[in-house]
Amino acid sequence: MNDFIAARSQMALSLGFHIVFSCIGMVMPFFMAVAHFLWLRTNDVVYRNITRAWSKGVAIFFATGAVSGTVLSFELGLLWPEFMKHAGPIFGMPFSLEGTAFFIEAIALGFFLYGWDRFNRWFHWITGVVVGVSGLISGILVVAANAWMNSPAGFDYVNGQYLNIDPIAAMFNDAWFSQALHMCVAAFVATGFAVAGIHALMIVRKRNVHFHTQSFKIAAVFACVAAILQPLSGDISAKDVAKRQPAKLAAMEAHYHTEAAAPLILGGIPDDEKQEVKYAVKLPGMLSFMVHSDFNTPVTGLDKVPENDRPPVAITHFAFQIMVGLGMLMLLISLLYFLALWKKKSWLEGKWLMRLFVLATPMGFIAVEAGWTVTEVGRQPWIINGIMRTADAVTPMPGIVYSFYIFTAVYISLSLIVTFLLYRQIKMVGRLYDVSPAV
Amino acid sequence: MIYIVIAYLWAAILLYILLGGADFGAGIIEMFTSPKNKQYTRTTMYQAIGPVWEANHMWLIIAIVVLFVGFPAIYTTVSTSLHIPLVIMLFGIIARGTAFTFRHYDAVVDNMQKVYNKIFVYSSFVTPFFLGVIAASTVSGKIDPSAGDFLSAYVFSWLNWFSVAVGFFTVAICGYLAAIFIIGETTDDGSRRRFIRKAKQMNVAAVVFGALVFIAAKTEGIPLDKWMFDNVVGVVAIIAALASLALLWYLLLKKGKVVIIRVLAGFQVTMILLAITLRHYPNIVIMKGGKYLSLVEHAGQEKTIYSLAMALLLGSILILPALFYLIYSFQKNKGEWH
Repeated sequence: MNDFIAARSQMALSLGFHIVFSCIGMVMPFFMAVAHFLWLRTNDVVYRNITRAWSKGVAIFFATGAVSGTVLSFELGLLWPEFMKHAGPIFGMPFSLEGTAFFIEAIALGFFLYGWDRFNRWFHWITGVVVGVSGLISGILVVAANAWMNSPAGFDYVNGQYLNIDPIAAMFNDAWFSQALHMCVAAFVATGFAVAGIHALMIVRKRNVHFHTQSFKIAAVFACVAAILQPLSGDISAKDVAKRQPAKLAAMEAHYHTEAAAPLILGGIPDDEKQEVKYAVKLPGMLSFMVHSDFNTPVTGLDKVPENDRPPVAITHFAFQIMVGLGMLMLLISLLYFLALWKKKSWLEGKWLMRLFVLATPMGFIAVEAGWTVTEVGRQPWIINGIMRTADAVTPMPGIVYSFYIFTAVYISLSLIVTFLLYRQIKMVGRLYDVSPAV
Repeated sequence: MIYIVIAYLWAAILLYILLGGADFGAGIIEMFTSPKNKQYTRTTMYQAIGPVWEANHMWLIIAIVVLFVGFPAIYTTVSTSLHIPLVIMLFGIIARGTAFTFRHYDAVVDNMQKVYNKIFVYSSFVTPFFLGVIAASTVSGKIDPSAGDFLSAYVFSWLNWFSVAVGFFTVAICGYLAAIFIIGETTDDGSRRRFIRKAKQMNVAAVVFGALVFIAAKTEGIPLDKWMFDNVVGVVAIIAALASLALLWYLLLKKGKVVIIRVLAGFQVTMILLAITLRHYPNIVIMKGGKYLSLVEHAGQEKTIYSLAMALLLGSILILPALFYLIYSFQKNKGEWH
């Protein structure tokens, strides 16, 4: 492994780690706000216990997300100084606003976590909502900064110089909306399915069923609504990418040759040398339709992209297939769940639906990681699309390989500890929070 | 506009030293507490910083964002030349932030607590130590972006007696701030006396390491004494710091008001930072061969600075009232939350 690949891997690892914690930190407050609201409204103590149990988990995830986020703000300069030297002043606006949003989030979290029985009940509730809203705003701002790398705006690039910088125009670049929408909905899907899945497992195992059923309902409704909306935002994103980054779209679809009535390629193994995809299912005209809403309009293939400007096709294609495939599975589960809620109450009693949710526990987060791989690897070889190459941005310091190994060890141990803590939280539910009348 | 940004940067650094520093100090105090008093120290510390501790560390993020948006040349030069100590500091931040939270939120209390405590205490030492090393290195004149070999470019940029001495000095200052802060959080006379003694010890340590910093500067050929004493502001700041220190010792003996003691300690640290930074202003990084990076010359383009200043102003309107209310509400009735 050379230093360049090590730097990219370390960045990928750090972001891949952080993305999980930020999704949870951004979505869980809304679940808690609902449970908290139900407690204040109904005085049913199970809702208070759900809120408190969840808030313990959120504190753990928030702290981990906060430190991994701090690390990232340094890593940008540690690993990509040439990029930050030019990009910092241009795409820094969302980061400076994000600083505020994150600060507010930390303050509100202080009120929320430590404010039980100290403040007016509704003030306390609102601080919880503020945690969620400012977390969501943080997320949108950070994604807007990433969108700028895909769709650079707010400057003139003249003879290698970055002139006429306009940070506001950079923030509202063409990609910010579609990317932020897709990411926020994804956060709800991923967190929702993960939380619902864990509670479903406890229901299947008949542990503290009342507590877990009520928790499950809140998470599942959020997750399923988001999973049904996600394909729509995915469609907006795909059309957007086709317009702005045809090379990325071509890599996602493993679409080598520009052609009319372009087929949608499902699965398969892309072969760069022969410029074809083996063992794939091809739906004729579908790609043209999805991108241009017309079955015959040609879709730009990789053949139109100069060879050294092409992203790695296989990784992008596989990641995209995984994301879409899991998205479709979760959509299906969501439809079944709503069908059960409205028409087939008996399904809710049976174990199979709960087992489906258990199976889906990691799906959302795998899809998030895959989708993030699509957007990052699909942008290669560029760090600023069409302007600066990733290889030109990397730090001159040798030995990044070792740094990557150490970061890997740190993040793996941290993941293990967080998993362990989560396991202990769940194990203790019976002792700390269960008030079901049966016991 | 540039001056608004510079003022915010300075304020963020100061607040990080004061609030984040006291926070690090909590772990340092714990390190130097006898085993029988450790649990009490831990609980008192947690009561004091639990609700605000995440917020304390936001100041670092604000400072770093201001640097990379407004002063990219400074941010990238420092992060390249001081890559190694920055990474060590980051591991410290990761370890400390997670261990602090994990030990309070682990649903089961068992031997794992010992692990969290160990990690928390050691990282509370390592992190401010390397913060000090990094800060010292930026003015030490040892950073050399044009150096050819690995050691002089990435190791000797920060590994020297001066930076190490400042590292220890920073640790002592953090411990001192924490001890002063915690005096007001104690509930009984015995522990109050204990923390007053801690504060004095940490203060003596800070003075000793402060002297070592001057000696180290001499041996490394850094004209620190000249920087501090050849200008009015430096001299006045140092005199003010010393005078307030004398007053503080007097008040400690007399069991004076907690608030005044805290303000005095904060004042001393502010004066030290002022004396160090003002002498070089607007230069913030001093490199090998007399080259420097300036907050004015190496700032981003006008529109960037303008929008950054606006973002900071907007941010402080939102943040400061909320933060004050948070601190106020939890200081008003101490230790009543669960």
